[in-house]
Amino acid sequence: MTDPAPPRTPRRVAFSQKLSRWDVKVSPYLFISPFFLLFALTGLFPLLYTAVVSVHEWNLLGGQGDFVGLQNYVDVLGQATFWKSLRNTFSIFLLSSVPQVVAAIVLAALLDQNLRSATFWRMGVLLPYVVAPVAVSMIFGRLFADQYGLVNSLLTGIGLDPIAWHASPLASHVAIATMVNFRWTGYNALIFLAAMQAVPRELYEAAIIDGAGRIRQFFSVTVPQIRATVIFVVITSTIGGLQIFDEPRMFDAQGLGGADRQWMTTVLYLYDVAWGNQKNFGRAAAIAWLLFLLILLIGLVNFALTRRIADDGGRGRSARRRALRRRGVVPVPDGEPRPTRPSAVASAALPPARTAGASDTDPDAGPATSDPERSAS
Amino acid sequence: MRSSRTRSVATATALAASLALVLTACGGGSGSGSDATGDSTQAAGGDASTDAGAGSGEQIKLTVATFNDFGYTDELFDQYEADHPGVTVEQVKAAKSEDARTNMTTKLGAGGTGLADIEAIEVDWLPELMQYPDLFVDLSDPALADRWVQWKVDQATTTDGKLIGYGTDIGPEAICYRQDLFEAAGLPSTPDEVATLLGGDDATWDTYFEVGKQFVAASDSAWYDSASATYQGMVNQLTNAYEESDGTPKDLATNQPIIDLWTQVTQASADGLSAGLEQWSADWDAAFQKDGFATMLCPAWMTGPIEERAGGVTGWNVADVFPGGGGNWGGSFLTVPASGANTEAAKELAAWLTSPEVQTQAFTSAGTFPSQIEAQSSTAVQEFTNPFFNDAPVGAIFSARAQAIKGAPFKGPNYFSIHTAVQDGLKRVDVEKTDDADSSWAKSVQAFKDLGLS
Repeated sequence: MTDPAPPRTPRRVAFSQKLSRWDVKVSPYLFISPFFLLFALTGLFPLLYTAVVSVHEWNLLGGQGDFVGLQNYVDVLGQATFWKSLRNTFSIFLLSSVPQVVAAIVLAALLDQNLRSATFWRMGVLLPYVVAPVAVSMIFGRLFADQYGLVNSLLTGIGLDPIAWHASPLASHVAIATMVNFRWTGYNALIFLAAMQAVPRELYEAAIIDGAGRIRQFFSVTVPQIRATVIFVVITSTIGGLQIFDEPRMFDAQGLGGADRQWMTTVLYLYDVAWGNQKNFGRAAAIAWLLFLLILLIGLVNFALTRRIADDGGRGRSARRRALRRRGVVPVPDGEPRPTRPSAVASAALPPARTAGASDTDPDAGPATSDPERSAS
Repeated sequence: MRSSRTRSVATATALAASLALVLTACGGGSGSGSDATGDSTQAAGGDASTDAGAGSGEQIKLTVATFNDFGYTDELFDQYEADHPGVTVEQVKAAKSEDARTNMTTKLGAGGTGLADIEAIEVDWLPELMQYPDLFVDLSDPALADRWVQWKVDQATTTDGKLIGYGTDIGPEAICYRQDLFEAAGLPSTPDEVATLLGGDDATWDTYFEVGKQFVAASDSAWYDSASATYQGMVNQLTNAYEESDGTPKDLATNQPIIDLWTQVTQASADGLSAGLEQWSADWDAAFQKDGFATMLCPAWMTGPIEERAGGVTGWNVADVFPGGGGNWGGSFLTVPASGANTEAAKELAAWLTSPEVQTQAFTSAGTFPSQIEAQSSTAVQEFTNPFFNDAPVGAIFSARAQAIKGAPFKGPNYFSIHTAVQDGLKRVDVEKTDDADSSWAKSVQAFKDLGLS
């Protein structure tokens, strides 16, 4: 009777221990599983199913046909319209994303200042984002109308020639990019603003003590500090930019990107192939996959490039500093009475940990940290 | 201390703002949120009817999917429900026919799940749907054979005699024009005079363009709105525009009737007859207020859109004349998808909805001109006038225009692909002005070749 008791107690402990071990091991996965389950259902499954569709003959109404291998891909790549749509997509993407990110950073920097009724201004820049894209397209459609549009009326009013917004590829791209920028600049600005608010104020204080003006603070403190956010915004706006649909679709009444397909984007082309006259789901699925691979590729390039630029930013700065030193603006180590301030700006620009990391990998940064100028500070 | 609290409040605000942003982004990111909601409503309706039908066999619910405004009022459905105990009817309306089309074709492709019991379609969707007649219930019924004008029935009849849709409305074309602008240009301006001016019963496109030249010489406005729309009216009078009756596409490069129309229309653009507008575009909308053009081809249903855009402009009128004989533009049908649970009941409802009595009511409430012979001659239609068009007797005019329609053109599976190639060409010349007639025609022929049809 006494014998079974001792092992029973440990066994009970063991079971609850096992439970709690399970709890520790499994619970985290359970907690995050809703996202992955949803993703599998709404993201992964359509992705894979699209791949299946893309290797078959598949009519929207007729359904699945014969297996054709990669023929759909070959057909799509052989269509001049596909390449034209890629050109348009990239052109609109560049015309929208680049000015958008730049404007958003500047806007965020302005909002980051001590403004009166800051919340009002911050919510104000968000307003365009709340407007439905189709409504934006309709309003801008009236602004950019060829004959009776407001923009052309203004142009002719000051004696310029009206612009054929719906005829020339570049003009139509600019008009569409304007709509995209109108919608997204404020949104990105708020993301940048959030990042800027997280920049330690000590860095600015140090910079001010070192005599850096607003502009210098912006380039030497703010921009390097929000680098990670810049990468994030660039990548999301790339993904969004390559999938532009609403704006070009609504840009004219026909919705196919103009008679010469001047502003037909790739997603619009996909839509036309699947739901337009062809009803060819197989080819449309092939376009979708090509676009997916392309976005993946550009996303990777983008990532590498943005990192590179971020690192170059550090290098560029030390190069600039060297140039300044050569011109005598920044004092040489053994220098005169005004020595220390600018160098403090330089050290403030890089967070301490980052400086150490950079010095490990960056041959230029290495000497910079052991720079006598810096040790003087 | 104080400043740090201020800062943390600011940070919190920014965080809240960005959180709100992220949430909004997730919610509205797809951009088609409203569509999805519409779909699910409709899907729910379809499911409900299935359940009810399977449940008792007594209580059934029928859904009717329409778009724009078919003129089917709730009172009409109440009346039907009162006459048919155990049947409830619900109408699902899409704002635009495009939305309804995407919704329907996608669901047909998915095996019919979520389709309404009765799906309204436009005549232009028929070529592709006729390739899959098995998706629809055969609606042919000897008792109803004489209800519609014959060509309307022919449009929805497959080669082996299956009828996939009951006709609702048609679009007999007349000429809508600006009486005030005619007067100002010194042309005869009452509807009768204009009808005579354009040739009366023997009106031809040549006279239409010729009078146009006189008009533009004396006015700042253009003669008509759009080359594409005018071409549309002309090409609808050819029996076999782009394809032979067995569906074989004609080679566009040697299609002489089309080349003749092309020459005529592009020449008219060069003569300044066209306002160079694309229909339904922002410029087109604005032109109604700016005296952009004096006439336009005017199917019965177009009177609504004109009134919408030309509010405050008083000169519009309708002339009982159409160049080249009669012409039809547009019109709709009610179909019964074969996948429905209560196809028999749905067929009965569709027959009732397209009866002369109901269509007469629909005409008075929404202006959709009936395709039913009896409805066209009813007094309600015959005596109908439109105050916006200076009380023009539009009912009588469009009935007369409907009599002039000889038949419906053949539109096979490739009709719209080829038609788009030509329309794009006209748009290049007339609207975008990036090409002259010859180089644009070359591009259209190339686009036709790229279709790979011959």
